[in-house]
Amino acid sequence: MASGIKNKVAIIGMGCTKFGELWDKSAEDLIVEAFKEASEDAGIDHRDIEAAWYASCFEEVNVGRGAIPLGRALKLPNIAVTRVENFCTSGTEAIRGACYAVASGACDMALALGCEKLKDTGFGGLPELCTGEENKFYYPNLTAPGMFAQVASSYFAKYGLSRDEGKKILARISWKSHQNGALNPRAHLRRAPSLEAIVNAPVIADPLGLFDCCGVSDGAAAAIIVPASKAKDYRPDPVYIKSLQISLTPATGLGHQSWDGVHFESTRVPGIKAYKEAEITNPREEINLMEVHDCFSISELVTYESLGISPVGKARADIEDGFYDIDGKIPCQSDGGLKCFGHPIGASGIRMAYEIYKQLQGKAEPGERQLKNNPRLGLTQNHGGICGSLVCSVGVFGNEL
Amino acid sequence: MIGITSYGAYIPYYRLKRDIIFAAMGWFNSGNASVSRGEKAVTNHDEDTLTMAVSAAIDCLNGREGNAIGGLYLGSTTAPYLERLNSAICAAALSLKPDVRTADFNACLRAGTSALISACEAVNMNSVDNLLVCASDSRQGKPGSHFEYTFGDGAAALMVGRENVVAEFKGCYSLSHDFIDYRRLQEDRFVRGWEERWIKDEGYAKIIPQAVSGLLKKYQLKIDDFASVVISCPDSKSLSKIGKGIGINPEKLQDNLMSNVGDTGAALPLMMLVSALEKASAGDKIMVVSYGSGSDALFFEVTEEIDKLKSGLGIKGHLNLKEDLDNYSKYLVYRDILPMEIGIRGEEMPPLRLSVMNREGQTMAALQGCRCKACGTPQFPKQRTCINPECGVIDQMEEYSFHDKIGRIKSFTGDNLAYSISPPAIYGLIDFDEGGRLYLDITDCDLADLKVGSKMKMSFRRRYADKKRSVFAYFWKAVPIKNVNLEG
Repeated sequence: MASGIKNKVAIIGMGCTKFGELWDKSAEDLIVEAFKEASEDAGIDHRDIEAAWYASCFEEVNVGRGAIPLGRALKLPNIAVTRVENFCTSGTEAIRGACYAVASGACDMALALGCEKLKDTGFGGLPELCTGEENKFYYPNLTAPGMFAQVASSYFAKYGLSRDEGKKILARISWKSHQNGALNPRAHLRRAPSLEAIVNAPVIADPLGLFDCCGVSDGAAAAIIVPASKAKDYRPDPVYIKSLQISLTPATGLGHQSWDGVHFESTRVPGIKAYKEAEITNPREEINLMEVHDCFSISELVTYESLGISPVGKARADIEDGFYDIDGKIPCQSDGGLKCFGHPIGASGIRMAYEIYKQLQGKAEPGERQLKNNPRLGLTQNHGGICGSLVCSVGVFGNEL
Repeated sequence: MIGITSYGAYIPYYRLKRDIIFAAMGWFNSGNASVSRGEKAVTNHDEDTLTMAVSAAIDCLNGREGNAIGGLYLGSTTAPYLERLNSAICAAALSLKPDVRTADFNACLRAGTSALISACEAVNMNSVDNLLVCASDSRQGKPGSHFEYTFGDGAAALMVGRENVVAEFKGCYSLSHDFIDYRRLQEDRFVRGWEERWIKDEGYAKIIPQAVSGLLKKYQLKIDDFASVVISCPDSKSLSKIGKGIGINPEKLQDNLMSNVGDTGAALPLMMLVSALEKASAGDKIMVVSYGSGSDALFFEVTEEIDKLKSGLGIKGHLNLKEDLDNYSKYLVYRDILPMEIGIRGEEMPPLRLSVMNREGQTMAALQGCRCKACGTPQFPKQRTCINPECGVIDQMEEYSFHDKIGRIKSFTGDNLAYSISPPAIYGLIDFDEGGRLYLDITDCDLADLKVGSKMKMSFRRRYADKKRSVFAYFWKAVPIKNVNLEG
């Protein structure tokens, strides 16, 4: 049986830019900024990197094709540099590539870096997915809020919630994330709206309103990976990879009536595998913090259930009890999440790992953001693509071997 | 016996009350008050002459298979393509066999009746067993013109064949006269006309009676022999004067649909004929007279089969299936007359890849997917590997069409972010009663009309206009099935 990635590799340095509408910064600026912080954190030089993985999704919007933007920005000296793109899991894919390379013995130090410049499209929301005939003809002119709005209305219908009741539960999720994000200087959106303002915001895609949707931002984040056995040569408090899993639903939900439109198999399956790989038997008790893919409030709710943290159909009680609040049992989106950071696709998975890394080291900034529950294990989760055909990633990180 | 074996029609769901036009444009020409009564049928933003023709054809077939049809003739003055056969696009949408005859009849308001005469003659020559005749028009009057009030949109479809004939084609008489009343050059967007008084006196009042008397003389008939007379004269006063002149009982003169649909051009005589057939009895003689660069007069006799025909919504059904388009500027935007700021997202326009369209063939034209022979699951688009997680066999597929299937809403949204000329963009997952799930746009409705579980039928629509490269992409959308009062 495969032994998995647990305790084989460690992160010794990370960097994350401020996310936001960075009109005056290019992709090169963001790549260099994220890398500088990571390399200084690890105490290494760009010439120490032996292989690199670069994550970006919308190559047409100012980030460029292939891995050239990363190699060129850092002047990486003739090493293997690979671009990965797998919708919203792209950042986690880069971490995965770097970790597997180090774990295999192919190299002793690898870089994972993700960057996206979404704010150069000239309009709100993600860029148009307009390549290939499928998006324009077989499918409606889908947007991300439009797809997840349907998950929300299906969830409300399945569990007998009125539109108003459902919207209030979703608002509680966004409210919590905004409370956290307001304290984080790296976050894009730093206002903390009231529950009432969230519920009454203009509708983007019915029933989702403005505050149910994450921001659209520019940003970059980076991680430096070495073998676990060598991690303490670089720093006393490395963070170890406990598991990395990816799963893709093969369009079943879009064309087969078996999908209920409410739960994500592509999160449930890698969740189970990740717990097994990390030897976690009771995630609700063992996980100390989570960064999940809250592109929309409803996707955070469904993820609680699909990851097996809240019972299926019963996330409402945990949300209302403050289970996921900053002082709850499992703080979720302690940095503000996609909700406040926005979602520069290639960077998001690594940005989530950055928050886990800092919290596990006890170094969250500013200090008032540091969790009081002395966290040992943190989880990240991303999903992307088309609802009904999502690709999801789950990662578990720990501060002990 | 040769004649009409079934009939159908299509009137777009939206109606524009003429006083709304007058409220917006009457300041320029108060004389148009005389044409500002009633309402006219207007295409939705995703409809055009071709989509209406296909919808009328579906109404005419009313569940009967398209693969037994020998060909399709389309009569219209507003078919979208000047080069690329419009009738062939309709034939593909209706899943007609490849070895059929398709032809466009155009450039004249007589195009519908000319197509019908040609179809009857082709069947009479035994060169085909049957032919589907569609007539459809969506003419555009310039804002402020009286055409803007009078022109309406609609289509009719008639199946011409030898078996189960409901109205026998008995004969016809035609006049050709280069009477320059209405005209439009290739580069013209709007129809132009000479003074209306001249058209009424020298056109309608002279040419139409000449065609009627020509037909009567040719077949040695009297006007009283006819149970109904269809004269496609869009001016109601002229029509009733003509009726008096030819001596027809006003009750036998078919209503010209001006009060509730408008002047549907080449489609008008055939739509009026459908109306006449809807109330006809065996033995009735029906005269159909079109007008335009002369006139065609046709003569039918209704048979016993009329009582056995299972017809669709027809004119009667469609007249009661409607919603107000209560906004003049929306009408102008839908017609691409008023330039509107659609934003950069709306302007993002990838080239339509014609080689892909051709390769996909019936997938886009006829909403054709496949069905797994192993597990029976219908799926779309065509798959090589079965989508059913319990099955998953490879290359065991047979062709399967969704365009004639009924579905129900599984999930839906009204999306204000997605570009739509009529926000919010409404779309959702549709689960089909006979299996299969499709992601589709939903049209001809308001968001508030929809619920999870709402029953939907498929409608052929213009999905995408790539104007930079002169190509339209047609695809199918879901439309809520509404209850129609056929008695009203």
